[in-house]
Amino acid sequence: MSWLLSWISGAILYAAPILFPTLGEVVEQRTGMVNLGLEGLMLLGASLSFAVSFVTRNAWLGVLAAGGAGLLANLIYAWLVVHRRAHQLAAGLALMFFGIGMSALIGKPYVGQMAAVLPKYPLFGTQSLFFRYDPLVYVAFVLAPLLWFVLFCTRFGLKLRAVGENPSVAYAAGVSPALVRYIGAALAGVLAAVGGAHLSVGITGTWSEGMTAGRGFIAIALVIFSRWNPLRAIVGALVFGGAVVFQLQLQAMGVGVSAFIMDMIPYVLTVLVLLLWGRGVRYVAPASLGRVYFGAE
Amino acid sequence: MLLSGWRARIAWPLLRLLLTVVIILGVFGVVLWALGKDPLKAYRDTFRLNILNPRGLSEVVVRMAPLLLTALGVAIPFRAGLINVGAEGQFMMGALLGTWAALNLPGLPAGLHLSLVILAGMLGGAAWAAIPGLLRALGWVNETITTLLLNYLAPLVVGYFVFGPWRAPELAMYPQTPELPPSARFPTLFGTRLHLGFFLGLFFLLGYAYLISRSRWGLELRAVGGNPEAARRLGLPVERWLVLAMVIGGALAGLAGIAEVAAIHGRLKMAISPGYGFMGFLVNWLAFANPFGILLMAFLIAFIASSGFTLQITQRLPYAAVNVLMALILFTVLAKPLGKGVKG
Amino acid sequence: MCEPDKPVVQLQGITKRFPGVLANDQVDFDLYPGEIHALLGENGAGKSTLMKILYGFYRADAGTIRVNGKLAHIRSPRDARLLGIGMVFQGFTLIPAMTVAENVALFMAELPPVLRRKDLHRSITQASERYGLALNPGALVWQLSIGEQQRVELLKLLLAGARVLIFDEPTKVLVPHEVAALFHVFQSLKADGYSLIFITHKLREALTCADRITVMRQGRVVGTVRPQEVREETLLQMMFGERLAEISAKEKRKPGDPILELQGVWTKPVGTAPGLQNINLTVHAGEIVGVAGVSGNGQRELGDAILGLIRIVRGKKIFRGEDATRWPPRRLIQSGVAFVPEDPLSMAVVPWFSVLENLALLDLRGFSRFGGLGLDWRRVREFLNLGFSKLGLETVPERVRAANLSGGNLQRFTLVRELSRPYHLVVGLYPTRGLDVRSANAVRQAFLAAREEGKGVLLISEDLNELFALCDRIVVMLKGQIVGEFRPEEADLTEVGRVMTGAGVVHAP
Repeated sequence: MSWLLSWISGAILYAAPILFPTLGEVVEQRTGMVNLGLEGLMLLGASLSFAVSFVTRNAWLGVLAAGGAGLLANLIYAWLVVHRRAHQLAAGLALMFFGIGMSALIGKPYVGQMAAVLPKYPLFGTQSLFFRYDPLVYVAFVLAPLLWFVLFCTRFGLKLRAVGENPSVAYAAGVSPALVRYIGAALAGVLAAVGGAHLSVGITGTWSEGMTAGRGFIAIALVIFSRWNPLRAIVGALVFGGAVVFQLQLQAMGVGVSAFIMDMIPYVLTVLVLLLWGRGVRYVAPASLGRVYFGAE
Repeated sequence: MLLSGWRARIAWPLLRLLLTVVIILGVFGVVLWALGKDPLKAYRDTFRLNILNPRGLSEVVVRMAPLLLTALGVAIPFRAGLINVGAEGQFMMGALLGTWAALNLPGLPAGLHLSLVILAGMLGGAAWAAIPGLLRALGWVNETITTLLLNYLAPLVVGYFVFGPWRAPELAMYPQTPELPPSARFPTLFGTRLHLGFFLGLFFLLGYAYLISRSRWGLELRAVGGNPEAARRLGLPVERWLVLAMVIGGALAGLAGIAEVAAIHGRLKMAISPGYGFMGFLVNWLAFANPFGILLMAFLIAFIASSGFTLQITQRLPYAAVNVLMALILFTVLAKPLGKGVKG
Repeated sequence: MCEPDKPVVQLQGITKRFPGVLANDQVDFDLYPGEIHALLGENGAGKSTLMKILYGFYRADAGTIRVNGKLAHIRSPRDARLLGIGMVFQGFTLIPAMTVAENVALFMAELPPVLRRKDLHRSITQASERYGLALNPGALVWQLSIGEQQRVELLKLLLAGARVLIFDEPTKVLVPHEVAALFHVFQSLKADGYSLIFITHKLREALTCADRITVMRQGRVVGTVRPQEVREETLLQMMFGERLAEISAKEKRKPGDPILELQGVWTKPVGTAPGLQNINLTVHAGEIVGVAGVSGNGQRELGDAILGLIRIVRGKKIFRGEDATRWPPRRLIQSGVAFVPEDPLSMAVVPWFSVLENLALLDLRGFSRFGGLGLDWRRVREFLNLGFSKLGLETVPERVRAANLSGGNLQRFTLVRELSRPYHLVVGLYPTRGLDVRSANAVRQAFLAAREEGKGVLLISEDLNELFALCDRIVVMLKGQIVGEFRPEEADLTEVGRVMTGAGVVHAP
């Protein structure tokens, strides 16, 4: 029973750092941009937040710095894609290289250190051992319905989705595709970096090179699974979080299987998710996804 | 008329290239400076140790071997319209299967053993690349995301063997396999570290250059990449080409992997690649799948990779810092509107 | 409100140059309130460009635009809409993945930050009822028929407050009785004080419903006339300059042996596209069989099933007496099935291959040297030159990339590649769509020549006039089925149009 409780509790915790980048990518893809650089943004966020938290002894400042850096870094991507009409996948991979490198540079002095972490608050009562989370977990789960509301029930959301479906039509409707894409990229940058920050100053309290372990790419797979819907993204993130915790629990129980095999679980699961839900996305996936928009003239 | 003269053909591109280099070095210099390093000294050291020093230069050339192969591993699928970001994983799987052949087929004559090791390495990479190739050809999943995810799986598979069944008992400290037998090692040239892998890389590059532009299959592959709809309507086996391009690409990346093991490290261990697969992707993108460009860019990236090690030693920077430099290069290249897609 | 005798829109001296083309040359045009003004001209005459300038999609190189007498600087469609100008494009500017309401809301000037679905649906229903444009505001656009989508476009403009409505070839996608309904809507809009501009290349339509007709040719205005004051002959003269040679009338003849037989063919539906259902169709030697239908009713699938590109799940395909149901495309091509598509740039060639390379793709094995290590470019070149002379077509430069050829040149190249080799059956999939008159005629001549030589021809087209002029028989497709068969000399256009929309009686052949 307590095993089950700790599994569910852990799944929610580990869902948060993947939910942030997934939500950001949902919004960014809804504007028509695929960003493969999430992994880099997450690493950047993880290392910078850790460094700032270590130096200032304030984890919140760390999260703030991460968000700011993620925003700026993703604006580079958006500039390349929107204004320089760069290939989206290549630009995303460039951003990935950038994040991997920068995070290694920033985090170098802090490998093996411990930093201030975010405070934890219980979900039910104060006695429970489980379901105690830092505020970012709550933020992630509140953000998802909020973004759903913005995307599907507001004027701005309508315009944003129109840009992702057909920027020429959106332009004809008086929307600036460039502006909307910058906004989408800014939000995605912040969220991806905050997701990374949540790993380092929210969950582990440490920094190690490459600590996001491909979560940026898994988030992209989850976007496909979620059918570009923030509410379904919660489900995807929980499934992934559950897989991570399941694997951690198996290792803790000393099951006689190599840790390497168990580490594969989330990746194999992600590929399976793609296989099962990655097909038949016509009229679901934003129609202009990945295309270069050349403007009206 | 004026524009078609030497100014337009040579002077302007050269000037632009120069400007690009200055911008990249400038920005990276600022990063180094912000980290409390002396960028000028760093650049001087790197240049002195990797270009002017013959030993250093030969190391750069040695590094070109895996880069040529992984770049081809990206270029061939690229010509078929596929984005293979999985050369890193294919590299690891090539190393794995090649090592298996090296350790488990004793007693064979040297030449035969080595050939089998090479084939096994190519098979490992090919098999790993066939997965995303098949999934894409069936129209199930886009190859970009699957190749990326498989990059994270491959080291885990290698880790399982290196830490588990294949671990050499005599070296408890470092998880790695026993040393490859001499019959499975790549021959080197006159005592340098320049090995068979480099010449195989050149050989395949020449083969690629010829076949892609002149042969029937090259034209077919490019047609599939250029307009799959038209290719299908012309009766070309589009799906077969998609899988084949991935498989050939994966085989070459796998060859790069086993070459590193059998020529440089002598054993399979976790740290056999400083990101050669990703660098190969970068090389191909900079060269736009042009064979001569691949040769040139492989040298450039090999130089940068070597510089990464120099910086690691002289400036105590983490090796991953070269990723920043490579990102800056890619940013700059992408920011320049090339205007055109892949050339046929 | 605007005064009745002053133009709402006045364009003066509009000039627009695209690389290599002078699309508009000193064009003057005006529109009065409550008027239906037709802009008539053949493809490429500059009508759409002119209207896109008025709508702010392009900016003119020279010239002025006045709206309600005031000089207007229209830099974007948004500026145009603020001035009350709206445009219904040829390719609709709808977002298929969104609902009717969302598509309309996107263009509404005053939309609250948080959408109120109920209010939105109510105002859409009201407006659509007023003009007889029945629509469900909650329906997803991709599920609507072309005619319904056009209504959404119109509704969008009305609710956005447009008073000047521009229609770019609105009748192109409609069948005859839908056209009549649209003109009816035009009249009631006019009665409500809207001013309409209506681009067309169909003379009869302009004569039927316009108050004034402005004719354009090669980027210039030839003249503006009132329909009751001109004869068709004069208008034709204005549109084309010298009279074009009519397509040579075909002589009646007995068809030969069957080349292609489809017996009870079914295919699986994919997405919104219908699957073929129990198709029985025979194409004989020396016969042109036309396939009519509103696009999206299985015509493309019919072509693809014949070409071996989609699987036939039930039934048989017989090609010259052999069961070809399971043959792959390659084998069909080699056995003599040729294909002339619409938009060859996306369906028939690799854009950045040269003309020669694109030709070599037809038969790579045949053009190979040393078992494939090289290609025999000399033979490819000979084939090309021979082909052009065989078909009597103007040649196309062989080293130019396909992407740099004009649509007409590219289609001529496709004809040479497909029809100058030995073949038995040619499938044309909207082969004249988007071509200028001259090139379209070249395609039609080539098909007639194929018929003369005793080949089988299957022509899929949405241009009923074209089908009536060329075909020996016409079948009509609706929702993946053949719902009617006609002989052009025994049927009339309106009747075929009715069958196309499922409103007519099914005729036995």
